[in-house]
Amino acid sequence: MRATIIDPQKSFRLAWLQSLLAYLESDRLVQRTLLLIRQLLIPLAAIGLFLILWSAGAASVTTSLGQLPGPAQVWDQGVQLYQEHRASREREVAFYQRQEQRNAARLARDPNAEVKIRPYTGSPTFVDQIGTSLVTVATGFLIASLIAIPIGIVCGMSATLYRSINPIIQLFKPVSPLAWLPIVTMVVSAVYVSEDPLFQKSFITSAITVTLCCIWPTIINTTVGVSSIDRDLINVSRVLRLGWLTKTLKIVIPSSVPMMFAGLRLSLGIGWMVLIAAEMLAQNPGLGKFVWDEFQNGSSDSLARIMVAVLVIGALGFILDRAMLMLQRWATWDRNAVLR
Amino acid sequence: MNSSYLSVENVSITFDTDSGPLNVLDDVSLKVERGEFISLIGHSGCGKSTVLNIVAGLLQASIGGVLLENREVTEPGPDRAVVFQNHSLLPWLSVYDNVRLAVDQVFGRSKSRQERHQWTLHNLELVHMGHAIGQRPDQISGGMKQRVGIARALAMQPKVLLMDEPFGALDSLTRTHMQDSLMEIQARLNNTVIMITHDVDEAVLLSDRIVMMSNGPSARIGEILAVDLPRPRDRLPLADDPAYNHYRAEVLRFLHERHARPDVPTSNVGGDDQVEPEERPTRLKLAAG
Repeated sequence: MRATIIDPQKSFRLAWLQSLLAYLESDRLVQRTLLLIRQLLIPLAAIGLFLILWSAGAASVTTSLGQLPGPAQVWDQGVQLYQEHRASREREVAFYQRQEQRNAARLARDPNAEVKIRPYTGSPTFVDQIGTSLVTVATGFLIASLIAIPIGIVCGMSATLYRSINPIIQLFKPVSPLAWLPIVTMVVSAVYVSEDPLFQKSFITSAITVTLCCIWPTIINTTVGVSSIDRDLINVSRVLRLGWLTKTLKIVIPSSVPMMFAGLRLSLGIGWMVLIAAEMLAQNPGLGKFVWDEFQNGSSDSLARIMVAVLVIGALGFILDRAMLMLQRWATWDRNAVLR
Repeated sequence: MNSSYLSVENVSITFDTDSGPLNVLDDVSLKVERGEFISLIGHSGCGKSTVLNIVAGLLQASIGGVLLENREVTEPGPDRAVVFQNHSLLPWLSVYDNVRLAVDQVFGRSKSRQERHQWTLHNLELVHMGHAIGQRPDQISGGMKQRVGIARALAMQPKVLLMDEPFGALDSLTRTHMQDSLMEIQARLNNTVIMITHDVDEAVLLSDRIVMMSNGPSARIGEILAVDLPRPRDRLPLADDPAYNHYRAEVLRFLHERHARPDVPTSNVGGDDQVEPEERPTRLKLAAG
């Protein structure tokens, strides 16, 4: 009798299964799986646990505005806020369309008629407030950097200057910029007087408040970066007889760039935190005002809407920090530095 | 007048330290001829680097001074280029840009842009680094960094090339390659070189004269040994050469018999390069705002 030998591989064409099994058995796959678990599943599990604890905890607290919102209500309000924004945009478009139609009709009747377009006066939506806050923090941060980096560089290069400025820095650094807010508001309204202002006063007040807190970390870190420059590099510049400007541009500034960016990153983080508080306190447009308005509004949805704002503020702060980190990595010549 | 090319005359230097004045060098005099290769050898802390820094103009002697072609040295300058021990390349510039910075600074007026480019490449070729001109210092090995440091110094066309333990931080195999390269370059360009070393073989192989310094503080020149070996020198035949071994033994005898250095704590003296008059910049704590 002829024995029928069944070769499972040939008869069932299971080569792919075998290679898959071999792949599953290989060490690399185990490593990859572990990596996947570490990098993806564990954070996801933590977030899931957080959401469960949040909804359980929120359900047990009842305030005068109703129950504390859980994740589901917050999500609903997030969607709601976005729809309100879309609706407002549609109203705006419709508003301008109506005006154009009316003007066109009037011009058809009388070609010499004076027509004008009135601006839309709807209240800013949540998305508008986000935009305002981002522009304000960027402006304040930029002004602060333009002031702080040159001061930091000269302080780092001259020990005398550093000693003279240091007490002032140390005195103002721990002051919360919110303490400055009334003074800034008064000064801005006294000094910034213009018939047709390019910027709103509230915008300038918020931006200056951000500037006041963004200056210090940048000055201090730039100073440290410049003054801790490698002595041998200074000796190189002495042997080459580099002039002051060349020395500053070619050796001092590049050498201090990593520290400078560390300071800028700290500054931006602080600036973002302070801005929200300043907007709340001064009723200046932005996310802070949104939070305060919702709080004053006191509807049953308010807490969930505030929670949406809190999460958005956190996410934007995180994105700003990551953006600065990328900039820092790009600007840093020291490849050994661990930046996180 | 003095007829030597470079002359260190009765140099003494005293630093103010926290524990009172410290006399590092006491009446050091040395004459160097054009094209001569001088090694400074001695135990740690004997002030070898201080001598070099005074010649470079990075430090000022308390008494005495340095004459180069009968002109007093008062400040650092590219005519006395220094090769530092830890290469001191600018880490954010490429190999080419590191050398080019020096070339632009020294020949910015006298050479055209194209000539400066060629001169930069020429010097990098001279140290066999023509293949890596686009690399950054952190992408190349320690030996390669030191080659670039030498190229940068040579590109200044210095009257005297000052080398502060240029190969001290390299592994021994790399070091022998670098020594051979340096001999080859010196044979071609006939530079005047003062080099600090800890390595007896390196001193004998490379030098025309070896200046042996006594222990500090108040270090002096103990003895000067003329190395009368024909050039070009090749390390392999020399290893069995009686004359070579005699010079080697002389240096060893000086270092280990006549100036045996028991393990004294070096904290009061400092390392060679640790005795600095100026205040070192202190690192400030990173402020968290």
